[in-house]
Amino acid sequence: MNNTVISVHNLVKKFGSFTANDNLSFEVYAGEIFGFLGANGAGKTTTIRILSGLSIPTSGEVNVAGFDAYSQTEQIKKNIGYMCQKFSLYEDLTVKENIILYGGIYGMSKSLIRERLIELLAKLRFQEYENRMISDLPPGLRQKLAFSVAVLHEPKIVFLDEPTGGVDPITRRQFWESIYETASRGITVFVTTHYMDEAEYCDRISIMNDGKIVALDTPERLKKQYNATSVEEVFIKIARPDT
Amino acid sequence: MLKAVESSGISKKFGPTIALDNISFSVNESEIFGFIGPDGAGKTTLFRIITTLLLPDEGEMSVLGMDSTTDYKELRKNIGYMPGRFSLYQDLSVEENLNFFATVFGTTVEENYELISDIYSHIEPFKKRLAGKLSGGMKQKLALSCALIHKPRLLILDEPTTGVDAVSRSEFWDMLGKLRKYNITIIVSTPYMDEAIRCDRVALIQNGEILSIDTPQNIKAGFSRKLFTVKSAEKYKLIKTLRKNPEILTAYPFGDSIHVTLNNNTLDNSLYEYLVREGIGDAVIMEAEAGIEDRFLELMEKDNGITNKA
Repeated sequence: MNNTVISVHNLVKKFGSFTANDNLSFEVYAGEIFGFLGANGAGKTTTIRILSGLSIPTSGEVNVAGFDAYSQTEQIKKNIGYMCQKFSLYEDLTVKENIILYGGIYGMSKSLIRERLIELLAKLRFQEYENRMISDLPPGLRQKLAFSVAVLHEPKIVFLDEPTGGVDPITRRQFWESIYETASRGITVFVTTHYMDEAEYCDRISIMNDGKIVALDTPERLKKQYNATSVEEVFIKIARPDT
Repeated sequence: MLKAVESSGISKKFGPTIALDNISFSVNESEIFGFIGPDGAGKTTLFRIITTLLLPDEGEMSVLGMDSTTDYKELRKNIGYMPGRFSLYQDLSVEENLNFFATVFGTTVEENYELISDIYSHIEPFKKRLAGKLSGGMKQKLALSCALIHKPRLLILDEPTTGVDAVSRSEFWDMLGKLRKYNITIIVSTPYMDEAIRCDRVALIQNGEILSIDTPQNIKAGFSRKLFTVKSAEKYKLIKTLRKNPEILTAYPFGDSIHVTLNNNTLDNSLYEYLVREGIGDAVIMEAEAGIEDRFLELMEKDNGITNKA
């Protein structure tokens, strides 16, 4: 059956008197593309920080890649990858240097890093860029490389925070194809985005509002349930139920 | 029709990088005109030239009937500009920012309050809060209020909706729509194709060149082939399988389906039978109407000779 890689039960996270995550419960499975949606300030970043071992829950049970979010945060960090649009690679290092640096941070052996480097450059048809600075790469190539680096150590889960903002439509599609390919290898892809057409690519999506998960299902079933033609419409109905 | 902006042959280089390559377009008075294209397409460079902040290497630009390179002092009084990066004073309050911009332009908040009342009323309850402490959606509303407070004839908005959630985005476009009654010309850029429909006319821009300028409806109608959507539970396998078929001209993932065009432009049973033979028994194939993004992809392919065949 479905192999659970993230399980969250009654997660609460408070900052003083403010409840950022209010009793969340959900599961994410191996090889799934899971869209994590919500308005600005709904509490998504708080949850992602907990799931990546950067923040400890106030209460509730949270298990990521088989590790406990209270006591095993270092093991969690080793088993996940992370990429966001704003920062992922060091601009004043070359392609090769970035790969070696990240491989080292992930604790990979030198020989494994070398092997992955060659593999990756070939796969991305990147050989000619090996010794180019990241700042010299066009945004599309940079993004592809950032994603490959985020999964360099074959993590169980990769978190993508607004990954495709601002890229051209062809690059964006190539990016989604690499997401599909990664998921088909069994790596779970956990995506946040403000762009609801992106949500349509996901296997399942959750929508957060005021610290709570108010909807969680496949895009198809949510559209049926809310009698909507797009996820955007579902989102607006949930976030502004009175309009 | 009166033109708010008329540009011909605008080029701009930064060192070896060609940011704008012979750009010509015109914007009618009181229309909402969108520049749609990815990061690095040249949108911000173009906006900086329109707003007189940057000189072009070549070409001519007339804005509100004035020359953007020589009449810049007069022009600046008539332009409202909201840059892509949040550029208000973070350590001033909401109210102080608004007063500051009004004063710089020699007016008062009271004088033009009507123009911003719809937008500003959302953030007025927080007027004592520092601008740096506002949420993304509230910052955006304050920045728009500050860009409007001197009642400009031309409003330039550089990616106002980037990083903003779907609800706030939709509200933002509603606000722009309401500004129509004040006869303000609005030029807006966005990397998101789905926002094109909110504009009267759009220019698709890529690598410093304009690919197409028209109404959103005409741009969609410009799609030259029949478009089909193919759905299956196994999306990744479906794309790979479609790409292997020589009858397929293009296959691109689009949300929950794959958008496909065919070499002979006609759909018969053979595609469905092919997918079944390849082990995809649940495929649903339908003819669909092309969107702005489909047309953008088509123009990019023509422009670059790109093909997505395996």
